[in-house]
Amino acid sequence: MTDVIAPNVTKDIALKANGLKKAFGGLIATDNLSLSVATGEIHAVIGPNGAGKTTLVNLLSGMLRPDAGSIQFNGRDVTRLPAPARVKAGLSRSYQITSIFRDFTVLENVMFSVQARQGHSFRFWKPVSRDASLIDPARELLGRVGLGDRVDIRAGELAYGEQRQLEIAISLATQPSFLLLDEPMAGMGPEESQRMIEFLRALKGAYTILLIEHDMDAVFALADRITVLVYGKVIATGAPDDIRNDPAVREAYLGGDDSDDCSEEGAA
Amino acid sequence: MGAFGPLRNPANMFTALVLVIFAITPILAPALDESFYVIVFARIMVWGIAAVSLNLIMGYGGLISFGHAVYLGIGGYTVGILAFHGVTSAWIQWPLAIGVSGLVALVFGAISLRTKGVYFIMITLALAQMIFFLSVSAERYGSDDGLNVLARSDLGVSFFSLNNKTDMYYTIFAFLLASVFVSWKLVNSRFGTTIRAAKSNDTRVQSIGVATYRYRLTAFVIAGIMCGIAGLLQANLEGFVSPDMMNWQRSGELIFMVVLGGMSTLFGPVTGAFVFLMLSEVLAGWTIHWHIIFGPFLVLVVIFARGGIAGLLTRRADRD
Amino acid sequence: MDYVLLTEQLLNGFQLGIILFLMAAGLTLVFGIMDLVNLAHGSMFMIGAFVGGTIALMTGSFVLGVILMVPSMLVIGVVVEMTALRTLYPRDHLDQVLATFGLILFFNEATRLIWGPEGLVVPLPAYLDGIVSLGLGITYPVYRIFIIVTGLLVAFGLYLLVGKTKIGMLIRAGASNRTMAGALGVNIPKLFSIVFGIGAVLAGLAGLIITPITQAAIGMGEDVLILAFVVIVIGGIGSIRGAFIASIVTGVIDTLGRSFLDVVLLLFLPANAAESAGPAVSSMLIYILMAAILFFRPQGLFPPKGAG
Repeated sequence: MTDVIAPNVTKDIALKANGLKKAFGGLIATDNLSLSVATGEIHAVIGPNGAGKTTLVNLLSGMLRPDAGSIQFNGRDVTRLPAPARVKAGLSRSYQITSIFRDFTVLENVMFSVQARQGHSFRFWKPVSRDASLIDPARELLGRVGLGDRVDIRAGELAYGEQRQLEIAISLATQPSFLLLDEPMAGMGPEESQRMIEFLRALKGAYTILLIEHDMDAVFALADRITVLVYGKVIATGAPDDIRNDPAVREAYLGGDDSDDCSEEGAA
Repeated sequence: MGAFGPLRNPANMFTALVLVIFAITPILAPALDESFYVIVFARIMVWGIAAVSLNLIMGYGGLISFGHAVYLGIGGYTVGILAFHGVTSAWIQWPLAIGVSGLVALVFGAISLRTKGVYFIMITLALAQMIFFLSVSAERYGSDDGLNVLARSDLGVSFFSLNNKTDMYYTIFAFLLASVFVSWKLVNSRFGTTIRAAKSNDTRVQSIGVATYRYRLTAFVIAGIMCGIAGLLQANLEGFVSPDMMNWQRSGELIFMVVLGGMSTLFGPVTGAFVFLMLSEVLAGWTIHWHIIFGPFLVLVVIFARGGIAGLLTRRADRD
Repeated sequence: MDYVLLTEQLLNGFQLGIILFLMAAGLTLVFGIMDLVNLAHGSMFMIGAFVGGTIALMTGSFVLGVILMVPSMLVIGVVVEMTALRTLYPRDHLDQVLATFGLILFFNEATRLIWGPEGLVVPLPAYLDGIVSLGLGITYPVYRIFIIVTGLLVAFGLYLLVGKTKIGMLIRAGASNRTMAGALGVNIPKLFSIVFGIGAVLAGLAGLIITPITQAAIGMGEDVLILAFVVIVIGGIGSIRGAFIASIVTGVIDTLGRSFLDVVLLLFLPANAAESAGPAVSSMLIYILMAAILFFRPQGLFPPKGAG
């Protein structure tokens, strides 16, 4: 259905997906999916389990190749571009399942990401532990995300919520213009979630964000626009209020899924 | 780095002990009438260099190469074949040995690094086997029987010669220290960090914008060259090269030395080579069927002593 | 390059392929289902030859040796699985490689202790020791035909077992999704033991039927093991069909390469160069083939579904 045109669509389009298709064997995970994200907005993608949300992240970040369709990033066709090159172009992602370097310290995690941003790593001699051009930005960033007093701890030993923060810090260190966040609140308690919401709100404006999320509180608190995905198809896109009142959404998503998600719906 | 850290750490004490033994053996051995040990320790140090090189890709990079001994053979045969054709200058032999090892590692790495996991293990094994069979079928250079290295590499100076047992010994010792030093520098550089990060979490490395393949390939080539140097030293030490140098069992033993000493620790491969070869000597002196003890020992080390000697002597390995 | 010799060498290659398949089938199942790198599979090849060969010599019947080898290897395989390998499933590939490498050293030495260093010569029974005419002037040893027929029968039996029986269904379920199979109430440890036992029998059979041609020797399984690795890599891990096709291709190319490559090289190399390059290149041929296939298809020709 629907092409609800929100007022801010007249802004620049940061990311645009056209007719994306991806099938695994017989299972169609992404079905003729089109989506556009305006520069500077937080655009949430919601949908019941198995709606193809993580597949969408993998397609947009370049971890998977679509069977059909195209992806444009800042006006440039990136459909065939491998994942590392998309990061260089400014498109950075985080993972639903925490993906950090567990054996590295917190500082080393972010330092490595800073290092990746600075160009090639064919530097064989100078120890990174004495490289101020890596340490200083990493410390500064960790301070900003609230991990400033945890720098020397092994990442694997951080509390879960802190690992999620580190996960995003690693993405931020690549200096992206666009963040693809795959369920940043996954597995968090209410308090941790609230802190993460505040954290993401602080990023708003500085980054364009595509937020995949299950937590409806977070989605309605943060999103400028929401896209609803069911069985790999977009069934609605629009402002939070429109989505809340959209009968097709209520029918397909809120009515069909477990009651938890329903009850959270009005909580924005 | 723990390896250059406090001596109170038992693993470091053991490492220091082994290094001191290596350093003073040629001085003490004649006094004790045990010059046999000069050869034994020189041999161990050559294996130590090879193990250090394997540790670079396997311990730090997570790349389980089951064909690493092939570079011993390539380095060795380059020296042996050149000597066979009358070229004995080290200044020609050694750069060539390094070049050929590096080239083979580049080709083999380029093929095998396209794969992962079990495929990688089997492909490195198969590619090494290919060179093994090539050496077996090379009738001109002795086939199965191997090839006598007709003359040691000629360094072209009057005061130092590989024909002198002590000079040879300290040349190997110097290369051993250099190999550890080089891997220490590499591991802590931006390059080494990339390799270690890719071992820890390859997808994450890619998703922060680093294509891991070329870094791994570079590490693979560096390790191949380092092991090729061990091979050229071995050829000089033994005065003999044969296909057996790159038998697949040698590759398995190299892996075991690294694991025994402690993966991704700087000196672990050196102590691993030391313990492995000393244990072999002792067991072999005891019974010719020593493999019947050694095999189960290996299984037990794998099952019960993860982290190797370094792990047993310290709670944590150096890199942590 | 006359057609008589060519046919003969084609059959020889086919026969080598059959031996490789018997090895690779067990290996690829163990890889595919248990995710276990098992170097000791080469030891099963050797033990099958020694155990079956000894039975054949004691009873005076080669066929009886083959028949009694089957339960013997089943027992040995299951015992090895239960005592040594079971602890290795949750471990990483490196641990598996090392531990099974240790097992090879042990089995080789144990065989040397029991049978001595010389190995075992197992004579052919008279009725298999002959040459038969295949028409058009082509003759071929009866025993090699016996190997080919046996191998094809086993391959067909394996196809039926995996494709048509309940246990085969479980094996396939285990190969494609272990957790799922466990959740469905399959007794995974038992399934693994059985699969490993079957693999040991197949490897033992391969070792035994090649013995009258080569004789049983310490470490005889190792070269075959590495060739079987090549086969699996080419065929795609976990695929019996891939293993069969890759085995035959590998066997034929290797054999033809060894017989005819110097003749082929003569077409574009001077005689002495062709003569010396021939053996060298032919010994590398299948590895080059493997490298080429991997270059274009890193998962092998028939990758299992859902891999990668």
